[in-house]
Amino acid sequence: MISVNYLDLLWFILPETIIVLTALCVLTVDLMFLRASESRLRSSVGAALSLIGCAAAVTWIVLTPQVANVLDGTLVVTPLAQRIQIALLVLTMLTIVTFSRSRFTRHVCEYLALTLLATVSMMLLVSTQNLLVIFLSLEMLSLSLYILTAFNKGSVRSSEAALKYFLFGGISAAFLLFGFSLLYGLSNSTNLLAVTANVHGGPLDPLLIVAMVMVVVGLGFKVAAAPFHFWAPDVYQGAPVSTAALIASSSKVAGFFVLYQVMVVGLAGAEGSTVWHGYSAGWVPMLAIVAAVSMVLGNLAAIVQSSVRRLLAYSAVAHAGYMLLGVLSNTEQSFSALMYYVITYGLTVVGAFGVVAMVEEATGGDTISDFAGFSQRAPIPSFCMLIFLLSLAGIPPFAGFFAKFFLFSSALISTPAFLWLVILAIAMSAVSLYYYLKVLKSIYVAGHHAGATLISGSYFREAVLCVIAFGVVLLGCAPDLLLRWF
Amino acid sequence: MLAWTIYISFLGAMALLFLPKDSARTARIFALLIAVAGFCVAVGGYLQQRTGELVTVARVAWVPSLGIGYYLASDGISITLVLLTGIVAIAGVLFSWNIEPRAKEFFAFYLALIGGVYGVFLSFDLFLLFVFYEIAIIPKYFLIAIWGSTRREYAAMKLVLYSFVGSSMVLIGLIAAYVVAGAKTTNLVELAQFPFPVHFQMWVFPLMFVGFGILAGLWPFHTWAPTGHVAAPTAASMLLAGVVMKLGAYGCLRVAMMLFPRGLDPWGFHVLGFGSWRDVFALFALIGIVYGAMVALVQKDFKFVIGYSSISHMGFVLLGLMTLQQIGLDGAVLQMFSHGILAGLLFAVVGRMVYDRTHTRDLLELEPMHLSKVIPFAAATFVLGGMASIGLPGFSGFVAELQILLGTWRVFPTFAAFAGLGIVVGIAYTWRATQRAFFGAPATGVEPTKLPPITIPERVGALILLGASVAIGLYPQFLLRLIIPALHSPLFDGLWKGSGR
Repeated sequence: MISVNYLDLLWFILPETIIVLTALCVLTVDLMFLRASESRLRSSVGAALSLIGCAAAVTWIVLTPQVANVLDGTLVVTPLAQRIQIALLVLTMLTIVTFSRSRFTRHVCEYLALTLLATVSMMLLVSTQNLLVIFLSLEMLSLSLYILTAFNKGSVRSSEAALKYFLFGGISAAFLLFGFSLLYGLSNSTNLLAVTANVHGGPLDPLLIVAMVMVVVGLGFKVAAAPFHFWAPDVYQGAPVSTAALIASSSKVAGFFVLYQVMVVGLAGAEGSTVWHGYSAGWVPMLAIVAAVSMVLGNLAAIVQSSVRRLLAYSAVAHAGYMLLGVLSNTEQSFSALMYYVITYGLTVVGAFGVVAMVEEATGGDTISDFAGFSQRAPIPSFCMLIFLLSLAGIPPFAGFFAKFFLFSSALISTPAFLWLVILAIAMSAVSLYYYLKVLKSIYVAGHHAGATLISGSYFREAVLCVIAFGVVLLGCAPDLLLRWF
Repeated sequence: MLAWTIYISFLGAMALLFLPKDSARTARIFALLIAVAGFCVAVGGYLQQRTGELVTVARVAWVPSLGIGYYLASDGISITLVLLTGIVAIAGVLFSWNIEPRAKEFFAFYLALIGGVYGVFLSFDLFLLFVFYEIAIIPKYFLIAIWGSTRREYAAMKLVLYSFVGSSMVLIGLIAAYVVAGAKTTNLVELAQFPFPVHFQMWVFPLMFVGFGILAGLWPFHTWAPTGHVAAPTAASMLLAGVVMKLGAYGCLRVAMMLFPRGLDPWGFHVLGFGSWRDVFALFALIGIVYGAMVALVQKDFKFVIGYSSISHMGFVLLGLMTLQQIGLDGAVLQMFSHGILAGLLFAVVGRMVYDRTHTRDLLELEPMHLSKVIPFAAATFVLGGMASIGLPGFSGFVAELQILLGTWRVFPTFAAFAGLGIVVGIAYTWRATQRAFFGAPATGVEPTKLPPITIPERVGALILLGASVAIGLYPQFLLRLIIPALHSPLFDGLWKGSGR
C-alpha cells in the first residue's frame, strides 16, 4: 500500500470539491428555502450560486498553480491540466449563463446540480493518467449527461434521445472497458505511462490491436466521430438546448483531451504510420480513417438537414474529424492547435445554441424555415449567429479560421504524409460553407416583410451572446491570447 | 496612412449597423462619405508612392509564435488597384442611390466588401492577404441574395461556393508553402526569396493560379461570373466586375507567379502539345477571350452581354500575365485597372440607368423603346463606355490591350491572332447591344415610353468613371511609371530569371 496524505489530496482536488459543494449547496438552497417561490427566482438564485462556485474554483486554480502526481498517476495536476480545467469551467459557466432563462423544467436546481456534477467529472477526467479513473469519470460524465438529456419530461423527443444516448453510451462504455482491461492485461498496470512502457513498436501484439480498436470505439463515441456518431443527431435535436450545448462544448473539450492522453501518452510507440509505401499498423492509420470518414460523412449529411440542431450535430461530427488531425499528428504544436480548436469550437457552439434557443422560444421550432426573417425580429442575436456560423465554416477573421489554419499546418509540419487528409479537410470545409450559409440565408434573406415585430428577448441573454461573439472575434484576431496557455 | 483605406471602410460598415433607424438617405450619404474618404487616402498614398519602392504601411508581429505578421505595404501594382477600388467604390455608392429597403445593411455589407478588397491589395503577408480575401467573400453573398434580381439566391450561392472552392485551393497552397518554407514566416517578401523546390512549385503554382483564377473568371471556371453579375444589384455588379475579379488576377500575379515562378517552367515533356503550365493557362485565357466574346454576341439579356464581355476582357489580363514579357505584364495590370473602370461603367448603365427604369433587360423588349431618345445620357454613356472597352485609342482599354497583344505576339504569335479575333467579335457584340438597346427602330404609332430622367448622382458617377478611363487612355504614364518599376523589383526576380526565359 502506498500511503496517501488525505489532506494533501483534498488540497489538490479542491477545485473539484468546490464544485461538488456548490452542486449540493444549489440543491439544498432550492429544496429548503425556495420550494414555494416562483421558478424565475429559483433559476436565478441557482444559476448565481453555480456561477459563484465555478468562479471560485477558477480563481482557486489561477491563484495556486500546482504540480502533483498522486498515487502513481491516479491524480495528475499539471499547469496544462489546470488550464484545461479553467477552460471547462468557463465553458460551463457560459452554458449556465446563456440558458439561465430557459423554461423547459420546473426542477431548475436539480438540472444545475447535474450540470455541475458533469463538470466535476470532466475536471477529473483531464487530471488523471489512470485507466480506471478515466473510465470512472467518463461514466460519471455520461450518466449526468443521460439524465440531462432526458430532463425535458414533457417532450417525447427528449426521452427518446436520452434512451438512444444511454444505449449507445452503454455499449461504447463496454467497449472502452474491454479495451482498458486488455491494456491492463498487457501491462499489469492501469497507469498510462506503464502501459506505454509495455507497448513496443514494430509488429504489434494482436491483443494490443484489439485493445486499441476497442478504445477508439469507446472514445470515438465520446467525441462523436463517425462511425460512432449515431447518437449525436438525435441527442442534439431532442435534448434541452442547454444540454446539447454542454455536450457540444465542454464535454467535447474533455473528450478530446482524454483521447489525446490515451493515444499519445498511453499508446506512444504503437502509432504506426500512414506514409505511402511505409504503412504500418497502429492507431494513426485507424484514426486517420475515422477522421476522413467523419469529415466526409458529417459534412455531406449536414447538407440535407432541415433542423438546425441536427445540422449542428452533423457539423460536430465533421469538426471532430478535423480535430482528430490534431491527435494524429501528436506533436506539442498540434496539441496546442487541437486545444485552440476545441476550445474556440466549444465557445462558438454554446453561442450558436443560445441563438437556437431564442428562435425556438419565438417560433416553437428549430427548422431552417423557422429562422426566416429572424434578422428583422432580433437583429443582435442574428448578427451573433452570423459570426458563430461563419466561424464554424472557417471564415476569417473569426476564431474558426485561425483554428483550422493552425491545426492543418501543424499536422503538415509533423507529418507531410497527412497532405491528403489536410486537402480533404479543406475541401470539406468548403462544402460546409454551403449549409451554414443556408441557415444564414434563412435568417437574413428569407421572410422579410415590413410589419415584423421585434422579439422582446431578455437583454441579459443578448448581452451574453454578444460577449461570446466578441470572444470568437477576439480570439480569431488575436489568437496569441489563447495560444500562450497551451 | 494607406492602411486607413481598410480601417475607414470597416469602421464605416460597423457604424452603419449602429445607425439608429433605417433611414436610407443618411445611410447612403454616410457610405458616400466613407467611400470618398477611402479614395482620398488612396490618392494620398498614390502621391507618396515612390517609383520602384515597397512602401511599408504597417508592420507588427501578429502571431509571433507562427511567424505571422500584420504587414501592409504598397508597390506600384497595389497602389494602382487601390486607386481603382477607391474610384469604383465611389461610383458604386452613387449608382445605388435608389436602394430603398434595408439600405443600412446594404451599405454596411458594401463597405465591408470594399474594406476586404483594400486589404487584399495592401497585404504583403500571405496569411493576412488570405484573411482579407475571404472576408471579401461573404458580403457578396448577402449583397446578391438580398438585393439582387434574376435567380438571385441561386446566383449568390453559386458565386460564393465558387469563390470558396477557389480560396480553399489557395489555402492548401498557403499551408503547403508555409510548411515547406520551414513554418517560420508568411511574409510575402521573405517567401519570395525562399528557394522552393521546383517539383513543389510545379504542383503548387497551378493550384494557386487556378484558385485565384476562379475569381478572375478563368475559363473553364468562369460560370459563376455571368450569373452572379446578372443577379447582383447594380453596385454589387460594379464591384464584382470592377474589383473582385481583380482580386483573383492580382492573386495570380502577386502570389502564384511571384512565389512560385518556376511553376511556369517547361515540364520537360509534352502532353497534347502543352509543354508547361504557362502554355495551358495561356490557352485557357485565350479561350476565355474568344469564347466570352462569342457568347456575348448571342445573348438576349443586356446584362449577360456585359457579363460575358467581362470574361473576355479578364482573359486579356490572364493572357498578359502568361506572356512573362514586361510589356505583357504591365499591360495586364493596366487592363485590370481599365476593365475595372469600364465594366463598372457598363454595368451601371445597364443595371441602374436602363433596368431600374424599364424593368427589363431583354434586348428584344428594349428595342422598340428607342431609349436613345428617352434617356440620351444613358445612350451616350454606353456608347462611350463600349468604345472604350473595345479598345478605341484615347481610352484606357486601348493602351492596355495593345500592350498585351504586343507581348503575346512576341511569345505566342498565333495566340495574338486569335486574341485579335476576340477584339473583332468584341466590336460586334458591343455594336449589336448598343444598336438593340438604344437605337432600335421606334414602333410606329406607339407613344415613346416615359421614363424618369437620369439623376445627378448617376451623371456624376458616369463622369467619374469615364474621366478615369480617358485620363489613363491619354496619359498612361500616370500608372505605368509606378507599375513598370514594381514589376522589376527584386520580388519578381524569379519571374524574369526562370530557366525557360
